[in-house]
Amino acid sequence: MQASSNPGLSVNITTTGAGAKEHAAPSPMRMTISKVNFFYGTKQILFDISMGIADKRVTALIGPSGCGKSTLLRTLNRMHETVNSSRLHGEILIDQQNILAQDVTALRRRVGMVFQRPNPFPKSIFENVAYGPRINGFKGPIADVVEKSLRNAALWEEVKDHLHKSAYELSGGQQQRLCIARALAVEPEVLLLDEPCSALDPISTAKIEELLVELKNITTVAIVTHNMQQAARVSDFTAFLLTGQLIEFSPTPQLFTTPGDPRTEAYITGRFG
Amino acid sequence: MSARLRWRKFLSNFMLTMTGICAFVSVAILFLILGYLVYNGGTSINWAFFTQLPKPVGEVGGGMANAIVGSAKLLLLASLFGVPVGFLGGIYLAEFSGNAVASVVRYAADLLNGVPSIVIGIFAYGIAVLPFKHFSTFAGAFALGMMMIPITLRSTEEFLGAVPRMLREGAMALGASKWKTISSVIVPAAYRGILTAILLALARVAGETAPLLFTAFGNRYWSQGLNQPTASLPVMIYSYAQSPYEDWHRQAWAAGLVLLGFILIINIVARTILSRGIAVPRS
Repeated sequence: MQASSNPGLSVNITTTGAGAKEHAAPSPMRMTISKVNFFYGTKQILFDISMGIADKRVTALIGPSGCGKSTLLRTLNRMHETVNSSRLHGEILIDQQNILAQDVTALRRRVGMVFQRPNPFPKSIFENVAYGPRINGFKGPIADVVEKSLRNAALWEEVKDHLHKSAYELSGGQQQRLCIARALAVEPEVLLLDEPCSALDPISTAKIEELLVELKNITTVAIVTHNMQQAARVSDFTAFLLTGQLIEFSPTPQLFTTPGDPRTEAYITGRFG
Repeated sequence: MSARLRWRKFLSNFMLTMTGICAFVSVAILFLILGYLVYNGGTSINWAFFTQLPKPVGEVGGGMANAIVGSAKLLLLASLFGVPVGFLGGIYLAEFSGNAVASVVRYAADLLNGVPSIVIGIFAYGIAVLPFKHFSTFAGAFALGMMMIPITLRSTEEFLGAVPRMLREGAMALGASKWKTISSVIVPAAYRGILTAILLALARVAGETAPLLFTAFGNRYWSQGLNQPTASLPVMIYSYAQSPYEDWHRQAWAAGLVLLGFILIINIVARTILSRGIAVPRS
């Protein structure tokens, strides 16, 4: 089970142009996924997926509805286990440790998640952000953690004067950034985002996209999106999934300019999906 | 206008009128009861009713202070027994049990809710009176508590189930254990509904007479302790209304008014809590 470390999975860049310059060095993988097959009951959702989540980078998962991209994301912090009939075969490592062998609550502290629809708790803005550190036994100046997390989520300036108001008084976009702040407060090594902008208006979406680019300075990001432009704008690597199979996994500029698979090309040029 | 169309119009108006009348009757019954109680009991309510013990037979006046305190003690003890059992059982039902277990527990709770209160009383008599050879506040509270369990259990389950799944996932994704998720997110999100249900359960058993007849029994004096018989408003009404004395009849009316007033207040408080906005948006 332990650490079949797989250096071959780190992505090497074949520099295709000036745009790819910033990825010029191979990126070490924070998480590696090898030969993952996933089932709900008898229905297979994912087929033999192998890829990685590069450290301090943004990795996007794209593909048409039902391709399994959200399911794949949810396996990374074992949120799939909330469904009883789910089964996972294969290996997922974080820092070379098998996530399936870890305590699930400990894993989820390391791998945070932001959901499709903003889901703040029915508590104040402050208590929402403080929740994670508190349940994880944080003893220290909690107000500092809250401020830092809200700053990192680019929300501090908007809420600093009414931290004790209900989180539900915020707009949808602010609520989503609050959820990001809440996830950041436990200082996750990896942050998963499951279509975080799908319920938001364009302006809120733009704010979150800006934020994502900033976030890779402090954590590793994996994002599921049905919006290809979004993937192109924010991500460094993109994985394209189709009917539960990984069709292509490349640096983002490469995937969108010179796709290696005709199906990727068909999808990104809008011929289906 | 054809005959057929006229008939349809008539039928429509007729049914509209009938449904309206029936709705009015339902409301009117409540106000009739209220009015009747106020009319008969209002004149008998005075300060003495709340502060004095019943007077010996033959003397006019006195009050039901012992019954008011007795009812309060019974309800408090009943809640201490019934609410935790119902509440925790409801949590188990909503959050931990599988479908098979849940349906058995749910069905049993519904049956228990349907057991006639006199039967509950007999059962409590067998369990909590006979072995100790005397009536007691404990036995009465035990009977009332049993009646609170199914109401609390089912409504706890219902309100917990209505908390959106995405809130659970939000907590779990932060590394919260299942119990932590329930206690720090799910229950707080549902507490208004659960509190309302508990209050309504309390209002429901506050007026129960049958379970108290041979458990708490009755007492014309202050109860000598929780393991001694105690007076209660419903039983007091029952025995005073049967008596041949005019003054006792008036006191029974007064007691009925006080009891109904108490239940109305609980109901209003419960509705206010619930209507102060559901804390969680429905998804």
